[in-house]
Amino acid sequence: MSDASQATTQTKRSFVQSLELDMRLMGMIGAFILIAVAFNFITGGNFLSPRNIFNLTIQTVSVAIMATGMVFVIVTRHIDLSVGAVLAICSAIMAMTQARWLPGLGIDLGSPLIAPIAILIGLAVGTLIGAFNGWLIGYQGIPAFIVTLGGFLIWRYAGWYLTQGQTIAPLNETFILFGGSEGTLGEALSWVVGILAAIAAVYGVWAARQSRIRHEFPTKPLWAEFSLAGIAVVAILGFVATLNAYSIPKGKLRRMFEARGEVMPDGFTQGHGLPISVLILILVAVVMTIVARKTRLGRYIFATGGNPDAAELSGINTRLLTVKVFAIMGFLCALSAVVAQARLQSHANDIGTLDELRVIAAAVIGGTALSGGAGTIYGAILGALIMQSLTSGMGMVGVDSPLQNIVVGAVLVFAVWIDIQYRKRTGIK
Amino acid sequence: MTIDRSGTPLVEMRNMSISFGGINAVDDVSVDLYPGEVVGLLGHNGAGKSTLIKMLSGAYKPSGGQIFVDGNPVQIHSPRDARELNIETIYQTLALADNLDAASNLFLGRELISPLGFVDDAAMEAETRKIMGRLNPNFRKFAAPVSALSGGQRQSVAIARAVYFNARILIMDEPTAALGPHETQMVAELIQQLKAEGIGIFLIDHDVHAVMELCDRASVMKNGKLVGTVDIPDVTDDDLLSMIILGKKPGEDANAD
Repeated sequence: MSDASQATTQTKRSFVQSLELDMRLMGMIGAFILIAVAFNFITGGNFLSPRNIFNLTIQTVSVAIMATGMVFVIVTRHIDLSVGAVLAICSAIMAMTQARWLPGLGIDLGSPLIAPIAILIGLAVGTLIGAFNGWLIGYQGIPAFIVTLGGFLIWRYAGWYLTQGQTIAPLNETFILFGGSEGTLGEALSWVVGILAAIAAVYGVWAARQSRIRHEFPTKPLWAEFSLAGIAVVAILGFVATLNAYSIPKGKLRRMFEARGEVMPDGFTQGHGLPISVLILILVAVVMTIVARKTRLGRYIFATGGNPDAAELSGINTRLLTVKVFAIMGFLCALSAVVAQARLQSHANDIGTLDELRVIAAAVIGGTALSGGAGTIYGAILGALIMQSLTSGMGMVGVDSPLQNIVVGAVLVFAVWIDIQYRKRTGIK
Repeated sequence: MTIDRSGTPLVEMRNMSISFGGINAVDDVSVDLYPGEVVGLLGHNGAGKSTLIKMLSGAYKPSGGQIFVDGNPVQIHSPRDARELNIETIYQTLALADNLDAASNLFLGRELISPLGFVDDAAMEAETRKIMGRLNPNFRKFAAPVSALSGGQRQSVAIARAVYFNARILIMDEPTAALGPHETQMVAELIQQLKAEGIGIFLIDHDVHAVMELCDRASVMKNGKLVGTVDIPDVTDDDLLSMIILGKKPGEDANAD
């Protein structure tokens, strides 16, 4: 068992290699920057204005949350075509709970109880529907494609019956805070969150290095660690600064002061800061990444995707695993429903239409392999951001809506083609 | 080295049967295994040897028969049950998750957990480095997914996985099928080492020569039935071959037909 190939890794390492960055991630970030800069040039600086970056961010959240769950689904060699429909029924149930059912029980729409109860019910329904899908797939052996294709038709129209096809508005005011522009942290709190995140990033780099030193594994050069931590800090604080730079419109500010019975001082400005929905996405991303990398569940998800037989022979209950993966997906659909409904400030029957395709596309553009076993959470979120940037950018430039869809479709196929070429070159299966 | 077969067998499979769709894949087969012994299971493709052994490793549920470990009857319903009895299996396909690294594969289903409940990758890698240092000192690719490893390296990961968890009964399904001569030699040395530690090994193989070289006894199967079990020192290659092909024990040859 000699290892001649090992010698090659001992050769002098280039600058990029020393950083040990994921090249696929670099490719995606590169593509994103290219798209952003190109649209910014065409729109004369509007695309990268704080206002548009803010809007882009809150528009991405709903699809991005679901895309993180789709990573697990696709990694285990399944697919979920029902996410848009599950989002719709969760949204319908939450809207009915707020605006019809709880008021019917004597808790009116303005009550502080409304939002938590509605959200809990929505999350429970989403999780149950997901678990039920997972049970049909894992224990009854129906292919995921069929189960969720059925679900695609069933759940949206089950929601339609609940609301009798009506659009439901207005919604509870606390609930609407989860949508984005109505619920932001403000400048000071955003800086606090940003600085905490930056500290966490630096600590993460440091802790990983300490762990490798403790076990006497090879480490990266110190300057590479510093560069990585530096890039992370600049990116986090830059993002917070940008969102803070987008001021709340004068009229809205004045109304906010009036609501508190005060008069707005002349020349007063206040930035939006981090939207609560973005905070939720960040939280989802962190939790899902920890699940993927640091828990048995995540390990089993990837092992099952890589080799289902090996996973089974290792004593992993792959059927129960399928139920868990789809339950997570269902939970995230419900969470996305909270964000989507709050952003639109109403529930309509067409909420989340075509989201299943956007979510799958985001995961796939983000490097999740349909053959299973490979995919990352950050990739899926970046994929969602790339898709939303394209759509939003083309809208700003004035590209016709049919052409927008054509471009997005072409980008999806192109991204997968690039990925296949990359895997061929580097010999990654 | 002679094997002491006076005590209780490490494992005994008595009158095992299993059928798929009305066909008896294994029909009333009994085999046993003593500590420090290597028993070869021989037979054509479809003779039932892998199926027999999968009932021991928990992959299949027998329709008849009884398994004894250390003389006590046991129920093995899943791979997990088998592992709890210190029965470890190295599958012909190696049963590795190609997308995970060596440490993740070695500990798959039995991850080391940090006090916070997270998988402890650093500790698992350290343990993997230790055991690979013993089994295959040239192994360096700890960070790469096992799809990037050579056949021999993959084999050593699969063996390490079985050995690490204190296997007492080891099942090897054609362990040298995918290996070159040098790597085959390494597996042979490893089997001697494991024997010396008192581990009992079932070795499933097509290759009569490998069985002659590595095993103490051989059980030959044909069409789901046991042809017979022989002591390797008492038989020749040709005897084993005729058992496999004709389904007759060496002594029966003279009066046959």
